[in-house]
Amino acid sequence: MSRVMETPPTEHSAAGIRRQRPVRARGPRESVLSRVSAMTVMAVFTLYFLVPIWWLFVAGTKSSSQFTSTNPLWFADFNLIENITDLVTYRDGVYLRWMLNSIAYAGGGALIATILAAMCGYALAKYRFPGRETLFNVVLGGVLVPATALALPLFLIFSQINLTNTFWSVFLPSLVSPFGVYLARIYAAASVPDELIEAARLDGAGEVRTFFTVSVRLMTPALVTVFLFQFVAIWNNFFLPLVMLRDETLFPVTLGLYAWNSQVNQIPELRGYVLIGALLSIIPLIITFLLLQRFWRNGLGAGSVK
Amino acid sequence: MSATVDLAPTVPRADAPPRPTKPRGRARVQHPLAIVIFVVPFGILFSLFYLVPIGYAIYQSLLVIEREGTFGEAREVFGGLTQYVLVFQNGPFWESIARVLTFGAVQVPIMLGLALLFALLLDSPLLRGKRFFRLAFFVPYAVPGVIAAIMWGFLYSPSLSPFSAVTSNINFLSADLVLWAIANVVTWVFVGYNMLIIYSSLLAIPAELYEAARLDGAGQLRIAWAIKIPLILPAITLTAIFSIIGTLQLLAEPQVFRSFSSAVTSTFTPNLTVYSTSSIPNFNLAAAFSVVLALATFILSFAFLKFTQRKDEK
Repeated sequence: MSRVMETPPTEHSAAGIRRQRPVRARGPRESVLSRVSAMTVMAVFTLYFLVPIWWLFVAGTKSSSQFTSTNPLWFADFNLIENITDLVTYRDGVYLRWMLNSIAYAGGGALIATILAAMCGYALAKYRFPGRETLFNVVLGGVLVPATALALPLFLIFSQINLTNTFWSVFLPSLVSPFGVYLARIYAAASVPDELIEAARLDGAGEVRTFFTVSVRLMTPALVTVFLFQFVAIWNNFFLPLVMLRDETLFPVTLGLYAWNSQVNQIPELRGYVLIGALLSIIPLIITFLLLQRFWRNGLGAGSVK
Repeated sequence: MSATVDLAPTVPRADAPPRPTKPRGRARVQHPLAIVIFVVPFGILFSLFYLVPIGYAIYQSLLVIEREGTFGEAREVFGGLTQYVLVFQNGPFWESIARVLTFGAVQVPIMLGLALLFALLLDSPLLRGKRFFRLAFFVPYAVPGVIAAIMWGFLYSPSLSPFSAVTSNINFLSADLVLWAIANVVTWVFVGYNMLIIYSSLLAIPAELYEAARLDGAGQLRIAWAIKIPLILPAITLTAIFSIIGTLQLLAEPQVFRSFSSAVTSTFTPNLTVYSTSSIPNFNLAAAFSVVLALATFILSFAFLKFTQRKDEK
């Protein structure tokens, strides 16, 4: 299991090693038949994965009358800009509000969660103190506790202190990432040499300062991974905001679109907003993935990871 | 929490040899202030938002509401395992458990089988344009479950679907098929994610391991079966455990499908039962459902882990 956890950031290094060997190893060449069948399988499934998104994009460019009357997989009049304008001005721009909420919940939450997990994982890897193993085992148990199982008890607790239906009721529970601690510990153990910490000590740097100036840089690939996982987990979390929030202006975009979609039968005009809203809502995540992919590649070289 | 015992040994022992220059034993803890600064912030939040809720859910599940007379004031009193008796007598809840288990028994093998196939193909010399396929297959993971369910809901609809030739003849939203319609949504979102986890662990296998096999004339299929798959079993186990947990916790997709199909009831999955019970509101029973569901999830993923480990030892 550990190897799996380790792999995302080392993928780069592993690929680098593989590339150095002769591209075509000696031995039998692959038959044309197996090449063609492999490409066919991949091509068919590319359609499976991408056609729904293509359909959503095309649907987002159509006016509501053309949505049902024209070819669903090809463009009619290109109304994308008008649709977006309608969406963001509908009901005083509540959709934009939802997007900003999602970015605040997921971006802010994942950032803080990553820093906290990095500090705790680093301490678990680099310092000896009583209760260290117990703490680590409890945190590992936390990895197996699904977020949905916590939503209802969290609601009950927050309602005891009258904090349901607030920004904090969704934001605060998102700051905890046991998986992040696990990953940070493995990385810190593997990538931050004790000699480096000793050297910093000899230079008179404090422990905390050493962590933030030296160790964090060496742990960056792992921390990017933790950030990404936590960002996705918060962005996709549905149960917690569903039970916590009543006030529409606090909704993340997933909950808002869900609410609109449940009302389509009563308010048919919402259908168009749901479609264009769904299309726009997946763009930030795709951008985050692409940016972080590049970050992995341009990030610290393989040498500093291992 | 006993899985912790079992998971821990799989952690690489990178920390196992302690700094050799320092004597072990009851030596004074070095840098106590730094340790406190590093550990306490996470520790507090973890306690508040993981440990306390779990404890509170168990506590709530042991209470019953008592009223003096029919219209008397309600108060919570200790009821022992009363709520758990209600849970075990609750037919719809166990039907929903059976439903997600059926779902998992079919969907998880299909999803992981596809993910493994794609990862092996990406790792073989058979393909061109690997980077494109890797990205294309991963894109659905960027679509949140709620959004994916909304999108597929439209795609299944008899009138709005671009594939109306199919959907007007087969009603994917009918009581018979809606579970599998949801299974398709989950598969669509997660195949690429699992593919990447498996692919990453394939990349970590040193190439020398199958150079020899290739020289002996082994084909790609044989290399995959005899060398690669045994080496990446830990990765496959991991994806399987996360998939089992995800299946038992199904909520967003069926909740969205309720607006597309009346076949999805308010007790369709265990988590929907928890949600609808808490909206009554009957928090004590909902808490008991949550505890039973969390235990079931835990036992199942733990049993799976044990099962795969025993197979390794043979």
